[in-house]
Amino acid sequence: MSYIKIEAITKSYHDRRSAPRKNSDKSNEIRVLDNINLEFKEGEMVCILGPSGCGKSTLLRMIAGFDSPTSGQVTIHDKAVTGPSDNNIFVFQHSGLLPWMTVWDNVILGVRHLPEEEKNERAQEYIDIVDLSGFEHHYPHQLSGGMLRRAELARAVAVQPEMLIMDEPFSGLDFLTHMKIREELVNMHEFLGQSMLIVTHDIDDALIMGDRIIVLSSRPSQVKLERTLSFDRPRDLSKIPELSELRDELYFMLGVSYAV
Amino acid sequence: MVILLWELVTRYSGWSSQVFPSPSAVFSSMLELITNGELLKHTVASLFRVTAGFYLAVVLGIPLGIILGRVKIAKLLFNPLVQFLRPISPLAWIPLAMLWFGIGDVPAIFLIFLSSFFPLVVSTSVAVESIKPTYFQVASNFNFSRMEVLTKIIIPAITPNVIIALRLTITIAWLVVVAAEMIAVQSGLGYMILDSRNALRMDYVMVGMIVIGIIGLLLDMVMQALGNIESTAWGRLAK
Ligand SMILES: Nc1ncnc2c1ncn2[C@@H]1O[C@H](COP(=O)(O)OP(=O)(O)OP(=O)(O)O)[C@@H](O)[C@H]1O
Ligand SMILES: [Mg+2]
Repeated sequence: MSYIKIEAITKSYHDRRSAPRKNSDKSNEIRVLDNINLEFKEGEMVCILGPSGCGKSTLLRMIAGFDSPTSGQVTIHDKAVTGPSDNNIFVFQHSGLLPWMTVWDNVILGVRHLPEEEKNERAQEYIDIVDLSGFEHHYPHQLSGGMLRRAELARAVAVQPEMLIMDEPFSGLDFLTHMKIREELVNMHEFLGQSMLIVTHDIDDALIMGDRIIVLSSRPSQVKLERTLSFDRPRDLSKIPELSELRDELYFMLGVSYAV
Repeated sequence: MVILLWELVTRYSGWSSQVFPSPSAVFSSMLELITNGELLKHTVASLFRVTAGFYLAVVLGIPLGIILGRVKIAKLLFNPLVQFLRPISPLAWIPLAMLWFGIGDVPAIFLIFLSSFFPLVVSTSVAVESIKPTYFQVASNFNFSRMEVLTKIIIPAITPNVIIALRLTITIAWLVVVAAEMIAVQSGLGYMILDSRNALRMDYVMVGMIVIGIIGLLLDMVMQALGNIESTAWGRLAK
């Protein structure tokens, strides 16, 4: 049973700046996504890889309903996506916390319609899960990069959405924080079972977390590789030969941009 | 330091105290004006006009600025008018203001309103337009109503910039009130200065100038204090 279907999606942007000729319409269109077809199952953790600028964020934005495709369509539960919804919470590449609200007020946003007591319990529960207890009344500018990411994660998960859409949730974090948040995500997925769509630049992230790995090619971007990984988590890459092999394959595939 | 220099210059420059009164003379005139109540009367009159005009400008200008920044059609319709009227000095309105409203508080308040209204409209709409699209996406992701978008996104997001604009415009309003009072009314610090000049009392003129300077400074400090409130401080501190 497929939950999300991405059918023949194409996305082009008009680019006025790089317009070579004024009177030909087609020439200043950049095609970012070129006929993408994908299906995600409920509860699946999908990791998307691809070179920088290939359109990963663009693809996520269309699944979230922030943007609509030039052609093709995204359906969730067989209904075409026409706009954002709090069934699918987006975690932004560059923080989406509202800087004028404290951590607490941010986390409460998605559950603000719940009865007072339940609301407070829920917010506190997820703030504790991401280890931000004691920082409820801090403003975003008073937090470190890793804490910001965790606060936004708490806000997203507190909604208990069907799906989390995360655009590079680990970028800009130090190694240990990266590991910790990755572990938290895997745990959350284990306990809550929500679908997760994660864009990452880190091949190991994808191998450790993904039920499925999708690699996009550079612009105009197509699905270059799709692989299902049915290994239990937590995974130890060095002990699973298939994963080490896939790792080499992925490095080779993305090698030009991601040489170690 | 400055006062000492001023005292020395007035003593040894050879200018008569009629033209360039010494600080001690100005100080004793100030005491005189304070004790006979004149200074207080004029200050209150000026402050009242500034408050009324500025308040009107805030109440009308900020909402209009939000609409211009948010609604494309409104911007197309009204922005040319706003941009056309904006560079006209409020002082150029004096003849019309006097014709429409006669003499008294109303034309002066009108001029102060004009001087603050356009800058506030423009800076508010610019502030609204420069809100990061991410915040609106967050709002739609969490199913915000239109009202919530206004109260939880737009208003807090523009507050730091609007406070800066308020700081600048209250200074302009304070400049304009003095000019307006020299023409349209019979009270206020501007009137006091003009009247004293006609009476050749330069010491009174200087008292007026000093009080204007001090109040301008105080108004600016009040506005600056607004920017230090914690929930608006992010604008200064966030990178
Ligand atoms: N609003 C827009 N208007 C015009 N072009 C755009 C717009 N948004 C994105 N693009 C272009 O689409 C391409 C893909 O952008 P996108 O942000 O999806 O890349 P990405 O794969 O997420 O890259 P990164 O890994 O660096 O985040 C880029 O070349 C970008 O220039
Ligand atoms: Mg991106």
